[in-house]
Amino acid sequence: MQARRLRTAVAIAAVTALAVGAAGCAESERDGDSGEAKTGGTFIFAGAGDPKNFDPIFNDDGESFRPIRQMFDTLVTHKPGTAELTGGLAESWEHDPTGKVWTFKLRQGVKFHDGTPFNAAAVCYNFDRWYNMKGAAAQANMIYYMDVFGGFAKNEAEGAGESIYDKCEAKDDNTAVLSLKKYKGAFPGAFALTSLSIASPEALKKYDADTVTQSGDSFAYSAFANEHPVGTGPFTFGGWDKAKGEITLNRNPDYWGDKAKVDKLIIKIIKDENTRKQELRAGTVQGIDFPAPADRKALADEGFQVIDRPAFNILYLGINQKNPKLKDLRVRQAIAYALNRQQLVQTKGPGGAKVADEFMPDTVLGYAPDVQKYEYNPEKAKQLLKEAGAENLTLNFYYPPDVTRPYMPNPQEIFTVLANDLQAVGIKVNGVPRPWNGGFKDDVQTFGKHDLHILGWTGDYNDPGNFVGTFFGRGKAEFGDQAMTEMFDAIGKADATVDEAGKKAAWEQVNRDIASKWLPAVPVWHAPPAIVVTKDVEGLVASPLTDERFNTVSVKQ
Amino acid sequence: MLRVIVRRLLQLVVTLIALSALIFIWLRNLPGGPVDALLGERATPETRALLTKALGYDQPILVQYGKFMQRILTGDFGNSIRTGDPVTEVIGRAFPATVELALAAMIIAVGLGVPLGYLAARWRGRFLDNLTIAGTLLGISIPIFFLGYLLKDVFTQNIHWFPPSGRVSTGIDNTNVTGFFVLDGLLTREFDAAADALWHLLLPAITLATIPLAVIVRITRASVLDVLNEDYVRTAEAKGLRHRTIRGRHILRNALLPVVTAIGLQTGALLSGAVLTEKVYNWGGLGTLITDSISGSRDYPVLQALILLAALVFVVVNLLVDLSYAFIDPRVRVR
Repeated sequence: MQARRLRTAVAIAAVTALAVGAAGCAESERDGDSGEAKTGGTFIFAGAGDPKNFDPIFNDDGESFRPIRQMFDTLVTHKPGTAELTGGLAESWEHDPTGKVWTFKLRQGVKFHDGTPFNAAAVCYNFDRWYNMKGAAAQANMIYYMDVFGGFAKNEAEGAGESIYDKCEAKDDNTAVLSLKKYKGAFPGAFALTSLSIASPEALKKYDADTVTQSGDSFAYSAFANEHPVGTGPFTFGGWDKAKGEITLNRNPDYWGDKAKVDKLIIKIIKDENTRKQELRAGTVQGIDFPAPADRKALADEGFQVIDRPAFNILYLGINQKNPKLKDLRVRQAIAYALNRQQLVQTKGPGGAKVADEFMPDTVLGYAPDVQKYEYNPEKAKQLLKEAGAENLTLNFYYPPDVTRPYMPNPQEIFTVLANDLQAVGIKVNGVPRPWNGGFKDDVQTFGKHDLHILGWTGDYNDPGNFVGTFFGRGKAEFGDQAMTEMFDAIGKADATVDEAGKKAAWEQVNRDIASKWLPAVPVWHAPPAIVVTKDVEGLVASPLTDERFNTVSVKQ
Repeated sequence: MLRVIVRRLLQLVVTLIALSALIFIWLRNLPGGPVDALLGERATPETRALLTKALGYDQPILVQYGKFMQRILTGDFGNSIRTGDPVTEVIGRAFPATVELALAAMIIAVGLGVPLGYLAARWRGRFLDNLTIAGTLLGISIPIFFLGYLLKDVFTQNIHWFPPSGRVSTGIDNTNVTGFFVLDGLLTREFDAAADALWHLLLPAITLATIPLAVIVRITRASVLDVLNEDYVRTAEAKGLRHRTIRGRHILRNALLPVVTAIGLQTGALLSGAVLTEKVYNWGGLGTLITDSISGSRDYPVLQALILLAALVFVVVNLLVDLSYAFIDPRVRVR
């Protein structure tokens, strides 16, 4: 009996000694220990929905991008907290005078999580993979690739255009040269798209990444996409426990950049907004995204850090020129003058929101400070309506009451304020609330049943084409689907301008003309979406593109 | 008995086929399908056309239905539109969560409801009886989502007795064997994980149990009152049988028949109650899956399978209830 007790005591002592020793080792291995914000530990962030999978190229939504951004890097990225481009996996890049050949000087000594080297061959493997992707199922899920490159080696979709991708050559280990068939203004901004992250060629092959199979009326993705995503990012994939709704990522000790401060990052999926807030208050998660505007003050008062992202979005009031009355520029200008947008920002806008004069934020190239502005002027609105013979105007105003968007946190309230402003100048407004899916988007974007509507956009990358080009670059049912050829041509020309100065001037002119000559919609506000963390969290840098990387985050222990 | 079971199962097959056609056609006629839900604001006519083709929504609805039936007859319910996981796997993951919650709620409802109902009947008109009647009225009247939010607010935000949501604490290293987290903790001897799962289970189970509890108390009370007045109870008392024997063999056993019916019906009702409860507590069961599949990505394959599964459970539970009559009361013959 005594011997057994002794064995137990020795075992306990040994385990304790090992644990203390291990803790000591772990502590000493970590870099950047400083003062209060200890390294190590776990950062738990509440996600609002399931990711689709973790293969960057097959994703296009924020909930999938959040974990992907922690595991993968792009050639070009954004300076933390800004939309300004900086080197990612490429230390530098340049294009030839035609804008069709892009040369990337790659970072040396970078390794993928599986230990294979990152080099020019790996970059070209990724570009070639995207371009040569086969099968309708796979191609249908490459939304951003299609948006940027416009097509595949062999298109599955009828009507899809020719891809602008030509080839990618690895000149040497650290130099990748990408050739395009024609210049596109989206570059280099689009190289920072999370969808275009660089994955390990070995892992892509080993886990059969290109196999997207169709089963009935849905798709099944590969083992790479679900279980073995391998990139170069600050965190490695730990697992996705779907029964618990937890994605676990582990610190990558070999990361080429600033190594993660926490040992583990857990993204806990909590679909109900109220529950996310309650978990934050209970201290069971340390961060949540997109708090409701009504909760911001309360959360800040309770000691949480409500961090506003610099606004990189736009809310606009769309005008459908299918209605003959709205074809008259004076009527559209009257609508613009009728709106008291400053008051809307102050009463209904999230903190930090500001009135928009253009359809893109002022941080984007081509923003013109001297566009025609429409200050609140109801008298002028009435006068313009009178001149246009549209004094008894009745308009159907569509809005989606059932969704919130970073640029539109409270559609019902926004509609009410704007409709009141319009009615104050004599425009009769019929409010048409329609559900986002199966109502609003169909009626507005496909059938163009509306006269007015509210909608917006969050930028994907820093390029005027991603804002103005997306809205007004071609005929859309939203604005009347008509041939506003002068506007389309001007936008096409600006997008095709290669040299920086010329591009800036062309886009500035487009913005001036949109405000004064074409006015297809009225820009309403830029609204900074917030991210909230507990007071124990340090180092989180909020990104205007919601492109937060959690390697800088530490949690006070 | 066997003939009855076979007949009922055949009826079940016909019901399921009719239901499958109904669901299939209804879902595809809803405005706004998965294509728009998947593409969001970034949809262009080309990507929309490609996705519509890839998903097979460009084919006539009868062709789509034919293919769907062909697949489900081979046990292939397709994959979730959102995550690409097989539907059987998605439902298999959520199913234990709902069963665990429903079972816990039923244990609370039956465990408290039958004794309370019995005691209320025994002491009819006394304080306990009046309190029980008032309590059950409240239990039936209070909307489950309101009660859920109320309990959650009080017990997780004001007094931090319970966690606000989920089935286990985030980051806990529990082994998943059956998907029933409390049971898994016990099976793998991870008692801390079992305790943690139980701690998470309690508040949602209490929320979900309120309506069945109230119903069971009321039915037990009424049924026991009926039986108490029966001649055979008086005879048993006159014969000088022990009270325990009278209570167990004569009163409770006879009074339980309508209670079992109520339990069967309430098990079906629990599924609908679970939708709301799971939503409030982010429970991750079938209820959450249904709401997410409708409001989120319009996940047709998951929705179709879920509705069929719900119908199947409902019919089977009712069959079992019918059969249990014969067991409880030998005079009953199932026809």
